[in-house]
This record gives sequence, C-alpha cells and structure tokens, in this order.
Amino acid sequence: MRTTTSGVSRRTVLAGLGAGAAAMAVAPRVALADKAATDEAIAKILGGVKAQDGKVKIQLPQIAENGNTVPFTVSVDSPMTEASYVKAIHVVAEGNPSPQVASFTFTPTGKATVSMRMRLGKTQDVRAVALMSDGTAWEARQEVKVTIGGCGG
Amino acid sequence: MRKRVVAALAVLTAAALGGKALADPPFDPKDPKMAPYIAGDKRSGYTFAEPETRAMQDDDFTNPGFLWVEEGKKLWGKADGAAGKSCKDCHGDAEKTMKGVGAVYPRFDPHVNGVLLLEQKINQCRTERMQAAEWKWDSKPLNAMTTFVKHQSHGMPVAVQTDGPVAPYFDMGRRLYNERRGLNDVACKHCHEDYWGQHLRTELLSQGMPNGFPQYRLKWQTLGTAQKRIRGCNEEVRAEPYPWGSLENIALELYATWRANGLRVESPAVRK
Amino acid sequence: MPTPRVKIPASAAKGEVFEVKTTIDHDMESGQRKDKDGKPIPRKIINRFVCTYNGKEVFSADWAAAISANPYLSFFLTATESGTIEMKWHEDGGQVFAASQAITVN
Repeated sequence: MRTTTSGVSRRTVLAGLGAGAAAMAVAPRVALADKAATDEAIAKILGGVKAQDGKVKIQLPQIAENGNTVPFTVSVDSPMTEASYVKAIHVVAEGNPSPQVASFTFTPTGKATVSMRMRLGKTQDVRAVALMSDGTAWEARQEVKVTIGGCGG
Repeated sequence: MRKRVVAALAVLTAAALGGKALADPPFDPKDPKMAPYIAGDKRSGYTFAEPETRAMQDDDFTNPGFLWVEEGKKLWGKADGAAGKSCKDCHGDAEKTMKGVGAVYPRFDPHVNGVLLLEQKINQCRTERMQAAEWKWDSKPLNAMTTFVKHQSHGMPVAVQTDGPVAPYFDMGRRLYNERRGLNDVACKHCHEDYWGQHLRTELLSQGMPNGFPQYRLKWQTLGTAQKRIRGCNEEVRAEPYPWGSLENIALELYATWRANGLRVESPAVRK
Repeated sequence: MPTPRVKIPASAAKGEVFEVKTTIDHDMESGQRKDKDGKPIPRKIINRFVCTYNGKEVFSADWAAAISANPYLSFFLTATESGTIEMKWHEDGGQVFAASQAITVN
C-alpha cells in the first residue's frame, strides 16, 4: 500500500476522515425548527418592540470545555440610574431542547453585569436580549462550539 | 496499525474542524504562573484546561469543590456512631493533624496488611473506632470527608511510596496501566503516555495525573474521586470497570498517583 | 439540604458598586434525564432567585433547566445604606432556601 510522506497509509487516512466526519455529524448545526422556537420566545419577551444589534455584550468561550457547565457573563453598559437603566436581560440558547436559559430583572443599582454557568446540548448560538427603561431593546449573539470528546466527553 | 488509526483520527479531526476552531488552551511552560503545575516533564491537568476552567479553580468561592470541603469540615466536628465520637475528638484540628496525609495516599496500612485508599481509611476509622456505619462509595459524606482531608495537603507534592510491602500492588498497577482493554483495545498509557497533548476526536489528552482529585468535573456537574474517573475511563474504552475499591482499581489508582509524584496536590481541582 | 454560600464585602462606601457572589449546592435536575430503567427523572430545579436590600427587591432572576448544577450567580449592587442583604432561592414545588448578610455603609 502506498504511504504518504508522513508514513500513514492512504487507507488509514480515509478511515480517519470518515470517523472524523462521523464525529462532526453527531454534533450538527442547529436545525431551522429550533431557531423558529427561539425567535418566538424572544418575540414574546419583546412584546412588539424590535431588538437592535448592539449595547449587549456576551462573554462565552468559543469552544466549551464541556457543554454541561459553560461559564457566561452578560452585560450592558448603562448608568443604572432612575433616568436610564436596564430593566431586564434575557438569555436563550437556540439549539437546546428548550431555548430559555435565564432572565435577569434589574433595578437602578449596581451594574447590569451578571455571570452564571449554562448547559449547552450542542454547538449553537446563544442570544442575549436587553430591555431598557427607555423602551428600546438590544440584542447580541455568539456561537459556542460544543464538542464530543473522544474520552470522558 | 491501531496506533496509526488513533493518530490519524486525531490529526484529521482537528483538520476537519478547522485549525483555528480547535486551538489548544494557552499554555506557556515559561509562564511563572504555570510553575506550580509543572514538575520536570510532568504536567498537571490544570495546564491542559481552558482559561475559564482554570479561573473557576483558582477562586475558592467560584470553585464548586469547596462546597464539599465545607461539608467535610462540618462532618469532621460532628459526633457519629455508637462510640459518640467525632473525627475531631481523636484528631483535633484537621488543618494541623491532616497536613500531608492526603499527599501519601494510596498507602500501605499495617492494620490490614494491605494498601488502602484514603476513602477506605476514613471508613476504617468510622467502623472500627467510631462504631459508625461506613459511608458508601461516591456518597456525599464520603466524598466530602475525602476532599476535606486531601485539601489539607493542598500545595504539597504528591509522594506515594511504592517500595517494600507496596511493591506488589505497584507492579500490578503498572501491568494494568499498560494492558490493552475493552472493545477499543487501548491501554491507559496510549492516551496518557504516548499521545498526551494530542486530540482524540476533539478531546485534548492530558497526562492523566490524579493530583487534583477529588475534583469537580464540568461533565459530571459534581465532585468525584479518582476511583470514579478510573471506572469512567474503562467505560469510555468499552471495558468492564473494576468495582470501587477493588484490588485492581486500587492498584491503578496507586500507579496513576505515583506517576504524579512531585506535582502539587490541587484538591479540589476543577476539570472538564 | 442545599446550603447557599454568599460573598459580599462586609463594608462599602456610600455610592460604591460592589459584587455579590452566590453559589448553592443543587442538582438542577433538568427533567431531560432517564433513570436506569428508562423512566424519566422528574424536573426539580431552582427556578427563581430574589435579592432584597433592607426589604426592597433590588435584583431577581428566573432560571430554566439550562442552568448548570450547583448554580453560581454573580451580580452587582450599589451601597446605599447599612443594613441587610437577603437572598432567597425558590425551588420547583415551593421550597425556599435563604441566606442573608449584613453590610456597613459609610
């Protein structure tokens, strides 16, 4: 059997590719139906207001060390005074069995910065929607890769 | 042939995912912050973990393992059993008397003429000296007490002995560590000695050092011991795991811990 | 019995923003898992967290089953007056776990 320059036979290379593809197939990109359910959940939260991109920051790893415990921080830069504050931040995960992760309700105090840990069932987008005291809504999203490990994963 | 398949799988899955997407966690052996986690060629699992996971371990408050340390401390002072004693009644303050104890387990116990795990020594005290019921494997109280005691050796080098009466257990452990097992027909050494630092599918392989046990695993969403992990490893390669506290599982834990001699005790660590 | 743990500074200057860190040991059973016999394990999570500052609600959260076990939560408050910060964790089924801590504001 001809071998590649690295000494690995061609049959081995193809076998590896197949297995790699199989590993990828088990953690596919989110199906359209999940996104629709999330859009519906968010539409309910917004109650007719359209969310603009911006103001919300999501801190999530690009690759989750393990999907069962993924640390996250959501924040909105706001003075948090009676005149201008964040009323709520809602966090949803598009590819989970049900999209809701958490909803945080604020009052004019402190900072609009919250940290927790979430469960993600597969590679997907996490979205955060912020509702402001002036009636506007803002959104951000980030993809998190949730991998299937070879061992213990 | 099998070795090549494993290697090819590893390399090509990384390529399939796109090199950038599967960047290894940042690790600089010259970084002074990493120094406590390296001993010569030995690297703690900490050095293979993502920065978010390391941050979780570094802060005693965010480290979920401390929930078990605190529970263990409570149990330490609580009388239990017909003898009406608590651990504290015989051992005083664990912070003083248990310092260094966790670092030398598994260890030979002349009372039973055999090698014991820390969990088994704790249960021996309970049944023989406190006249209390023994705690079940992987139960909350046993895990809490084991973590609390092991934590008193935090920062000290792992130092299990392998000579004298321990030698037959050590030899058995070394044989088992190098023996192929399960449907996947691999041995511990394949992942943790031959291929550490590479990826098996998308899993970054560590050296398998148990210096952080009992530890909080993100996957388990709870704390567990080396016994649990060794059983899990066997399941992952589709082998029948040895029973908790069995001769084979003790021998494996002994050998794996000996491999970590010199690395510092990190209990309770946080790992994936 | 789940025990909440709380980390709040003992004192703060008036107007200072301080961090509140909390954890509670809880399985957050999602309702997605099945037992050995294939029967679904019923959901049991902490679904609501409420923080009051001298009796006034200042922060709250609603959690879903996607929150990891042993929930860790960090948020920020502004020190206004000395008093008590009280926190409650509400579990499915109605049980409530509580913790509180005093803060001196100067």
